Amino acid sequence: MTNIHSTATQMSDALSAGTITSVELTEQHLDQITKVDKQVHAFLHVDRENALAQARDVDAKRKSGQKLSALAGVPLALKDVLAQKGVPTTCGSKMLEGWRPPYDSTVVAKLKQAGVVILGKTNMDEFAMGSSTENSAYGPTHNPWDLTRIPGGSGGGSAAALASFEAPLAIGTDTGGSIRQPAAVTGTVGVKPTYGAVSRYGLVAFSSSLDQAGPCARTVLDTALLHEVIAGYDQMDSTSINAPVPQVVAAAKKLDVKGLKIGVVKELSGQGYQSGVLQRFNEALDELVKAGAEIVEVSCPNFEYALAAYYLIAPSEASSNLARFDSMRYGLRVGDDGKASAEEVMNLTRHEGFGAEVKRRIILGTYALSSGYYDAYYGSAQKVRTLLIRDYQAAFAKADVLVSPTCPTTAFKLGENVDNPVAMYLNDIATIPVNMAGIGAMSLPCGLAPEDGLPVGFQIMSPAMKDDLMYQVGGTLEAALVNKWGKTLLSDIPVLAGK
Amino acid sequence: MTLTYDQAVIKYEPTLGLEVHVELNTKSKMFCGCATEFGAEPNTQTCPICLGLPGALPVVNGRAIESSILIGLALNCQIAPFSRFARKNYFYPDMPKNFQTSQYDEPICVNGYLDVEIDTDEGKMPFRVEIERVHMEEDTGKSLHVGGETGRIHGADYSLLDYNRAGIPLVEIVTKIIPGAKKYAPQVARAYVTELRDILRSLGVSDVKMEQGSMRCDVNLSLALAGSGALGTRSETKNVNSLRSVERAVIGEVIRQSNRLETGERIIQETRHFLEESGQTRPGRSKEQAEDYRYFPEPDLVPVVPDTAWIETLRAQLPERPSARRKRLQAEWSVPDKEMDSLVNSELLDVVEETISLGAEPARARSWWLGEVSRLANEREVAPTSLITAASVAEVIVLIESGELTDKLARQVIEGVIAGEGSAKEVIEKRGLKVVSDDGALMKAIESAIAASPDTAERVRSGNIPAAGALIGAVMKSTGGQADAAKVRELLLKHLGQG
Amino acid sequence: MAGISRDEVAHLARLARIEMSDSELDHLATQLDSILVAVASVQEVAQADVSPTSHPLPLTNVTREDFVRPSLSSEEALSGAPAQVEDRFKVPQILGEE
Repeated sequence: MTNIHSTATQMSDALSAGTITSVELTEQHLDQITKVDKQVHAFLHVDRENALAQARDVDAKRKSGQKLSALAGVPLALKDVLAQKGVPTTCGSKMLEGWRPPYDSTVVAKLKQAGVVILGKTNMDEFAMGSSTENSAYGPTHNPWDLTRIPGGSGGGSAAALASFEAPLAIGTDTGGSIRQPAAVTGTVGVKPTYGAVSRYGLVAFSSSLDQAGPCARTVLDTALLHEVIAGYDQMDSTSINAPVPQVVAAAKKLDVKGLKIGVVKELSGQGYQSGVLQRFNEALDELVKAGAEIVEVSCPNFEYALAAYYLIAPSEASSNLARFDSMRYGLRVGDDGKASAEEVMNLTRHEGFGAEVKRRIILGTYALSSGYYDAYYGSAQKVRTLLIRDYQAAFAKADVLVSPTCPTTAFKLGENVDNPVAMYLNDIATIPVNMAGIGAMSLPCGLAPEDGLPVGFQIMSPAMKDDLMYQVGGTLEAALVNKWGKTLLSDIPVLAGK
Repeated sequence: MTLTYDQAVIKYEPTLGLEVHVELNTKSKMFCGCATEFGAEPNTQTCPICLGLPGALPVVNGRAIESSILIGLALNCQIAPFSRFARKNYFYPDMPKNFQTSQYDEPICVNGYLDVEIDTDEGKMPFRVEIERVHMEEDTGKSLHVGGETGRIHGADYSLLDYNRAGIPLVEIVTKIIPGAKKYAPQVARAYVTELRDILRSLGVSDVKMEQGSMRCDVNLSLALAGSGALGTRSETKNVNSLRSVERAVIGEVIRQSNRLETGERIIQETRHFLEESGQTRPGRSKEQAEDYRYFPEPDLVPVVPDTAWIETLRAQLPERPSARRKRLQAEWSVPDKEMDSLVNSELLDVVEETISLGAEPARARSWWLGEVSRLANEREVAPTSLITAASVAEVIVLIESGELTDKLARQVIEGVIAGEGSAKEVIEKRGLKVVSDDGALMKAIESAIAASPDTAERVRSGNIPAAGALIGAVMKSTGGQADAAKVRELLLKHLGQG
Repeated sequence: MAGISRDEVAHLARLARIEMSDSELDHLATQLDSILVAVASVQEVAQADVSPTSHPLPLTNVTREDFVRPSLSSEEALSGAPAQVEDRFKVPQILGEE
């Protein structure tokens, strides 16, 4: 019986077979949201009316015999950083409380065209800055595995929605790991496609040369299906790749890695990582070997500088991207008493509207770009980027894909790192090099850490424009692990899941 | 004692710098497809991109790049093989993103020159103005400032913003510093802006109307003691809205700065505002600190790499340089300098050329436009070309040459055309202005005149030719001025035995 | 390299148009100090012979044709405006205007 615990693929099949309608499926998910979201707080806005209208529309089209895309009628949770016309889009910030965009992002337009049912907007770290969703101005999201722990960030809401069965599909965005790290700590699958594979038009910019929207789901195949809906050339985005979308669904179904070389990145596989994380990572490597792949060790010596360079480039671009939030045309306005000047109102609004992390990064970015410091900071960071690209090129000459644990630890407790920005930033140490080089990467679950029973993520990195390779390896690994466990990882998720 | 301009330029040498902003005449904006029509209702030509809404992305208008390159080629610049956009970061409510997408250290064109000619005591002198760079950027919105109500101490001052103009393509043309103009600095400045304007017009890339703001000029000026070889502190003067203002602004600043220096005061590096009525400048916006624009490469746009073959195609399409055209026409028409200057200064060169191309004899074309038509235009305080077309003037001149109109009659015809009575032929018809050249009719009039003044007629018969004048006058009067005076004379003299 | 001072942070806050209290400035200065120490490592490898990368993709010459496309209506454009008067965005007085 198809229900919220099914995969999106199963739901799609059931919808095609007519054993369930989209309205029924949507209602089931809306009910689940009502049931659990008070505790999980994955959603900032549930778009009940529009979701049901879309579901009705798909059901009608299906009834009339119209050919529909694979995911038509399947529900989805949308990270609140993507513009959806007429629907509140807050980016997790007070600055945009209540703002309803007058236009759709390209990702949303594609989802609508495919008949996907958008249930609502999910919680996130404010303006995508963070690794725990604790920087949301609307309160954190709680990890469905343990409500006292973080769901990861910045896209904690999307990942938590998947893990708590509030949605089978979700869209996230990833600038330094914001899809992959939440996927890792919630036991779900998340992909950051090659930079330029998915249009950024309508994605509220954090760091323009690093941001990418990406598909999230509970299985690799579901993720691949969603990938093919949202990826593709967009003339509204000058950084969009003008080439066909790689065949990621076919790759996800291949279930074969014979002869593939899997490169383990020396610099991302050990020091300071939680032992349970390393253990599950190595066990997963064993599965890949059993499946016929060859493990090689590669070294990317400049990865040591990736975190530092990222924390110069991203805040610099953010300081400029967030300048538009000045209360003049939309969003929060504070202090306009008829006597204050525009500048005073801007200063007060940005003081009230931005949280501490955002302010911190804006100031850091302003510093890194300022006259006299540009060469030492931003300029140097851009050079590190070149070195990282070279490291990847050298590594991909030796291996087809590269792998690492997605992040150093399992989900930490809410409140544990809020006062320690540098410790917080270290969560992204394995995910950041990917964005810096513009290649694609996936995180999929590879087990629960023995010491705390919390999910561990396995990261697969593929060369730019070769996203299909990560789906091929990911799909094979997932099948091997599920076979080994005799069940999916999320079957073990505690009572919250409603089982 | 205050120095006059003439005194100032004996003691001090001015160094000029000119920055001209040109609004391109593309149909759509620089980074989006909004229309660029002048005078539309407020905020009806905006979209997420030019409003800087969260998530919007720019895409470059290809025609703007082409226009910029044409401008660079016409100014003898090198076209950059690799050019990039950059963000110029500062806050101002008329700038939706609070950064301007512009160019910084990689502009589209560099290192050109423009040769102009100025009038000096020693006659016409050539002068070369070197061009530093030509780059692309975008225009801002327009703000209307609404003052507080009278009687209120804390007035309800506010501003109203219309973003129709935001995002319209601008090209900025910056000269290198211009030393060596000495006392002719005002003329050099004016000649440069004039020639630049004519070139831009001939390229068809802008309607270059200074009064409407599609061409804006900022005048930079510094003074140093004559012969010192030093560079003084410069001021930047904005709001220079006409060619004449360019000249006056230079004069005004030379006078102001020299007088300050005479009293031992420093020149403050500042932006000043030109005042039309007085020809002086006043300080502009005071800034507490110099703005740090924190330029960095625009991450949402990719570099411009102009194809060399394409550049050569564009170069081959360049129209004749205005100064070369003037020389050519002057030679073709054998026009003395003074008359040529009149034609150029009164902006009648184009319409005169057109009139000639429509069949009018060159000397007559010039004299009619410079003479009668200009006189009528001045009376009405309008431009001559707005009164009457080249076609109408050409028509009239052709009729004069064929003898169907005398000069006197032609003046009446032109008046009639201007008054809207129809074409030249229609006016002649309606008003019955045709030259009377029918011998029979003329003879009748001649005989009447002779009959009325037999003594005068007798004198003519006796050989007093000049006496014929009175008789001719009488014939002209009796025919309402429509007789062909030369013909009358011929017939009269013949009749009286003197022809 | 000396730590970042409160005055420097105040200058940056002004550039970034964010009002900050003295305690916020102090707190931020301390945090930025540790961050700047951590990120300064980029200077170790940023040699003169390494060119900077602004874009991960080697794209060039992405342009659009000069066609007019539909704009938003003025209602849509102003739909988020905190204040408006007759189809224009109303903003507080801009200081130092000419």
